[in-house]
Amino acid sequence: MPAEAGGRPDRVQAPFGRRLCEVIESRAAGGYRIFTLADQTGPPPAPGQFFMLAASPDWSGEGGRPYLPRAISHARVSEHVKGGLRLDFLIDEVGPGTSRLARMKPGDGCWVAGPFGGRFSLPKQLNSKAAGAILVGGGIGIAPMAVLRRELVDRGIPSRTLLGFRDQQHSGGIDELFGCEETRLAYEDGSSGHKGYVTDLLLQLLEGDDSGSAAVYSCGPPAMLEAVRQICLERGLPVELALESPMACGYGACFGCAVPKAEGGYMRLCIDGPVVRGDEIASAMAGEPAVG
Amino acid sequence: MAEPSSIDLATEICGIGLDGPVLNGSGTFDALAARKVFGDALIEDFPFDCYVSKTITMNPRPGNPPYRLWETPSGMINSIGLPGPGLEGFLARDLDGLAEFGVPLIVSVMADQVEDFEVLVARVAARDEVAGIELNVSCPNVHSGLIVGEQPSETEALMKALRPITEKPLVVKLTPNVANPHEVAVAAEAGGADAVSMINTVKAAAIDPTVNRAWLGAGAGGLSGPAVRPIALAQVRAVAEAVTIPVIGMGGITDSESALEFILAGARVVAVGTENFRDPRAGNAVKDGLPAALRRRGFASLAEAQSATLG
Ligand SMILES: Cc1cc2nc3c(=O)[nH]c(=O)nc-3n(C[C@H](O)[C@H](O)[C@H](O)COP(=O)(O)OP(=O)(O)OC[C@H]3O[C@@H](n4cnc5c(N)ncnc54)[C@H](O)[C@@H]3O)c2cc1C
Ligand SMILES: Cc1cc2nc3c(=O)[nH]c(=O)nc-3n(C[C@H](O)[C@H](O)[C@H](O)COP(=O)(O)O)c2cc1C
Ligand code: FES
Repeated sequence: MPAEAGGRPDRVQAPFGRRLCEVIESRAAGGYRIFTLADQTGPPPAPGQFFMLAASPDWSGEGGRPYLPRAISHARVSEHVKGGLRLDFLIDEVGPGTSRLARMKPGDGCWVAGPFGGRFSLPKQLNSKAAGAILVGGGIGIAPMAVLRRELVDRGIPSRTLLGFRDQQHSGGIDELFGCEETRLAYEDGSSGHKGYVTDLLLQLLEGDDSGSAAVYSCGPPAMLEAVRQICLERGLPVELALESPMACGYGACFGCAVPKAEGGYMRLCIDGPVVRGDEIASAMAGEPAVG
Repeated sequence: MAEPSSIDLATEICGIGLDGPVLNGSGTFDALAARKVFGDALIEDFPFDCYVSKTITMNPRPGNPPYRLWETPSGMINSIGLPGPGLEGFLARDLDGLAEFGVPLIVSVMADQVEDFEVLVARVAARDEVAGIELNVSCPNVHSGLIVGEQPSETEALMKALRPITEKPLVVKLTPNVANPHEVAVAAEAGGADAVSMINTVKAAAIDPTVNRAWLGAGAGGLSGPAVRPIALAQVRAVAEAVTIPVIGMGGITDSESALEFILAGARVVAVGTENFRDPRAGNAVKDGLPAALRRRGFASLAEAQSATLG
C-alpha cells in the first residue's frame, strides 16, 4: 500500500479528538512502571496499535518539556473498569515525558488520543503454512508482545515467547503481563535466565524442526530488531517488527515520524506502521540518522 | 444578555465566505490521513472553517532524512522537507478527497523558479474545488539563490508574474526570518497579493544530546508552537498596520484566547498549526471557545474584534 494512501486497512478507528481518562493505578514493575487508565469512549485497541498520552494537568515541567504527547503502546486491555476499558501501560522513564507519565497518581487525568497505527497480522496472513508464532520482545518492547500473545492464546494459535533485557534495572512487568504463560528469558548481565542476547534464544529455537513454519513478531531496541530481521530474512521466515520513531501527532498530521522504506522514500510510521514487515524496510536501525 | 453562542462567527477572507475564522496552518493537518484514522466523524465535525493543503511542489518529493522533529520548551522544531506526491499526483489523487470536507479549500504551492510557480498556480486555479492559492515563498530561487520571501523585490516580481494567471485569491505566506516583514508584505500587496498569511516557522537548530552533531537530519529546521507566539503577534501587528489586504495570523495558537490575541493584533482570520498535533480537535476547540472569549473582552461580534484597534 502506498504511503500517500495513509494507513493499513485493518486499523481500529480512533474516536476523533483526545479524551481525558482517569488514572486508576500506578505501580512499580521491576525497573519499569505500570499505570492503568479507564477509557470510557475508546474501542478495544488491537495488538501493535498505540496511543498518544499526556498527563493532565502540568504536562510541561521545568524547562517547558514535555510539550508534545508521547507515543505509548498498551501492554494489556481488559474490560471493564469504571464502565470503560481498562488499559495498562508499561513505562520506561527515559526523559521528561515518560517520567511525568510515571508520576501520575490514581485519580489524576491523562489525555488519550488513539488507538493509532495498524495491528500485527495473524500468522496465517503472513504465511498460509505458518502453524504458530514466535514472539521476541526486548526491554520496554515486551508491552506489545504481551498484547499479541494474549490475542494468540484467545484464538488458540500456538506461540512461544522470548524476552530479553539488559539487566534487572531495565526490565519489568514480566509476571504481570505474561502471567504463568511460558516465556524464555535472556539477561545480558546473566542475572537471570540465559546470559546473553534474546537472539541467542531465537537461534536455538529455530534449530528445532517445527519452527520453520512459524511467523516471527518482534518489538524492542533497534539493534535487536535488526538482528531478528536478519535472522528471519536469511531463513525465509515472515517477520513483523513494531518500530519506534519520534512522533509529534500519531495520526499522520506532522510527517515527522519518517522511516526509510526498502524501495526508497519514507513511510509515516504512525499510520503506515508502527508494525512493518521485515522486507518493507532497509534496516530497523535506519530511522536513526547515519553517524558520520 | 445574549448567550455566548449567539455571537455569529461568519466572516470572509478575500471574498471567500467562511462559517468562522479558524483555518489550519499549511502542513499541520493531513485531512486525508486523518479521515482514515478517525473515519467520517472528521467530516461531520471538521475542525477548520477553511482547509489549507500542505505545500505542493512540481515533482514528487520524499522529504528530509530523519530525524525530522525536536521538542523544545513550549514548542518544536521540524525539518520535514515538503514530502508530497507532486502537482500531478495531488490533482489526480488528493484534490477530490479534500473537496469532501465541505469547507473552502486553499492549496499551498512552492517552486524554486517563477516558471514552475506559474504552472502550479495555473493548474491548481483551474480546478473548481480550489477557492484560493497560498504561495509558500520560503524557498531559494534557483537563479538568484535568494529566498524569495526574504526579499521585497523578489516577492513583488513573483507576484507580478503570477497575478495575471488567475482571478482566484493569491495569499503570500510570509517568513518571520527577516528584520522587517512588513516591507515584504507591502511588496506582496504592490505585486497584487490578496492576503498575507504569517508566520511561517522561525529558523532553528538542535544539537544531539549524546553525539556531537546536529540532531535534525537536514541540519536545521523551523520552530513553531507557543514558543513563537510573541514573535508572531509582533509581526502580525507590524504587517497589519502596513498593508490594506487582510492578514491570516498564526504562530503558537493553542486556544480561543490566543486566537483572539491575533485578531486584536490585526489578523482577520487565524490558523492553528502545531496545536493540532497535541489535540486533533484543536481547531474545534478554538472555534467553540471564541464566542465566550469575545464576550470576555467586551465584543458583541467577531467583526467588532476584527476592526478594533489596540490602545
Ligand atoms: C509506537 C510507539 C510505541 C511506544 N511504546 C512505548 C511503551 O509502551 N512504553 C514506553 O516506555 N515507551 C514507549 N515508546 C517510546 C516513548 O514514546 C519514548 O520513550 C518517549 O517519547 C520519550 O519521551 P521522554 O520525554 O521521556 O524522553 P526524551 O527526552 O524525549 O528522550 C528520549 C530520547 O529522545 C531523544 N531526545 C532527547 N531530547 C529530545 C528532544 N528535545 N526532542 C526530541 N527528542 C529528544 C533522545 O534520543 C532521547 O534518548 C513508544 C514509542 C513509539 C513510537
Ligand atoms: C510539521 C510542520 C510542517 C509544516 N509544513 C508547512 C508547509 O508545508 N507549508 C507551509 O507554508 N508551512 C508549513 N508549516 C508552518 C505552519 O503552517 C505555521 O506557519 C507555523 O507552524 C506556525 O504556526 P504554529 O505555531 O501554530 O504551528 C509547517 C509547520 C510544522 C510544525
Ligand atoms: S507522528 Fe505525526 S505524522 Fe506520524
